[in-house]
Amino acid sequence: MGTDVAIVGVGLHPFGRFPGVTAIDMGAVAIRRALADANVEWRDIQFAFAGSYEVDNPDAVVALLGLTGIPFTDVYNGCATAASALTLAANTIRLGDHDLGIAVGMDKHLPGAFSADPRLYACPSWYGELGQFLTTKFFAMKINKYMHDHGISHETLARVVAKNLRNGALNPNAFRRKPMSEEAILESPMLNYPLTQYMFCSPDEGAAAVILCRAENAHKYTDKPIYLKATTVRTRRLGAFEVHSPWLPIEETVGPTVDASRAAYEMAGIGPEDVDVIQLQDTDAGAEVIHLAENGFCADGDQERLVAEGELEIGGALPVNTDGGLIANGEPIGASGLRQVHEVVLQLRGQAGERQVPGNPRVGYTQLYGAPGTAGVSIMSI
Amino acid sequence: MTQVPVAEGIFTFPSDDPQLIGSRCDACGIVTFPAQDSCPRCASTGMSEYLLARRGRLWAWTTQDFPPPAPPYSGPTGNDFVPFGVGYVELPGEVRVETRLTESDPDRLTLGMEMELTLVPFRTDDDGNEVVTFAFRPAD
Repeated sequence: MGTDVAIVGVGLHPFGRFPGVTAIDMGAVAIRRALADANVEWRDIQFAFAGSYEVDNPDAVVALLGLTGIPFTDVYNGCATAASALTLAANTIRLGDHDLGIAVGMDKHLPGAFSADPRLYACPSWYGELGQFLTTKFFAMKINKYMHDHGISHETLARVVAKNLRNGALNPNAFRRKPMSEEAILESPMLNYPLTQYMFCSPDEGAAAVILCRAENAHKYTDKPIYLKATTVRTRRLGAFEVHSPWLPIEETVGPTVDASRAAYEMAGIGPEDVDVIQLQDTDAGAEVIHLAENGFCADGDQERLVAEGELEIGGALPVNTDGGLIANGEPIGASGLRQVHEVVLQLRGQAGERQVPGNPRVGYTQLYGAPGTAGVSIMSI
Repeated sequence: MTQVPVAEGIFTFPSDDPQLIGSRCDACGIVTFPAQDSCPRCASTGMSEYLLARRGRLWAWTTQDFPPPAPPYSGPTGNDFVPFGVGYVELPGEVRVETRLTESDPDRLTLGMEMELTLVPFRTDDDGNEVVTFAFRPAD
């Protein structure tokens, strides 16, 4: 194990829709805010990793910040893009290559479900022609089966959405800031049974940046360093029930989230019982329910009681998606995971304002999951 | 109207009792659908064509209630769009196949129900042919 890593600055461009503002513009805003937060200048940054789906070369952001000649590497890794940028940045410090660097994510998507050529995902063309190359129906099948197997109700899905929208209403950077009733969520148009329109997040726009340094230098930049105890990325193994799978083998295994989570706990020397604030990939309400168990926070089926009793609320025993998650923030793919880290850092510093988790949280957790079966987890502590 | 398959090599056609065309690894025995040239379990490149069973059980399902983004989707859109079921059918001892379902009423779909392969109309192509695809229907 190499050098320990600390987060000393975070910055965000709000998530939502911003006509006339480019993804690069938003990336520059997020970086400037992170620099100000860490009390450093762009010329102090020694290396960078940038994640984006829509922008081929997000490192072009240097045109707006200063052409300082640093190693600046662009990464794309599906919905785990931001986790990959963060992992690579942390590892660069762990390896001793540099002392101070930045991970940034930015994206600007059109509204509506993501679409692509299935052949680019090792799927046949006919799979797309038939309308099966679609993430939404995978998430629906997974939660529909999970509800059947573990006794989760439709009301629980609606309660998760209502919670995340309530949390989003407390977050000035969120895309959706208007609470909705559980009835309205359940009665909105069915998209893929059992998931209705408002149970899904939307692709949108935004940017987020995180500045990292060698842990022993952290107090040069901040009196509240947040230590990055673990970052992991894992991909699906044969037998996992995964998005974009024209077939599955009969043999079954756990998904990449479980693998990434177990590896992160081991790396951090921290268990789920130690975590005080949690950000999970809520592509849809069902994903939050399943991911709660996949990341070790409860047994399969316990979510029904935990949600009904309000334990996932900001004041509950397991506060999940305190900034509104993807459901309230939408998903600019490159930025989404760094938005989660931004929220955890604010929570652990005690700077989350109206949505602050009470009781001085000490340990935070983030998880991403997405096509084509990739997951990322990070664990942070004060 | 002439019928044509949505793609060559994914089901036997024409046939009174169509079967999906998969592959089986000569080395480790895993079955895939559609057929592929290399094994996702043991990385062997020795794969042989393998015709799949016509009946199995519903392992997971949902409904597609909105027209998927086109492209890549090439079926009916707008007022012509008809919601359809989608699921995985487990063919015993072989593979779980993702498939269109003839049934899209949630009240008529149950995990574990017996399903049977059929062919259904999908769209009409530019030459006026009826493009057909595979689907599973509840087996009586």
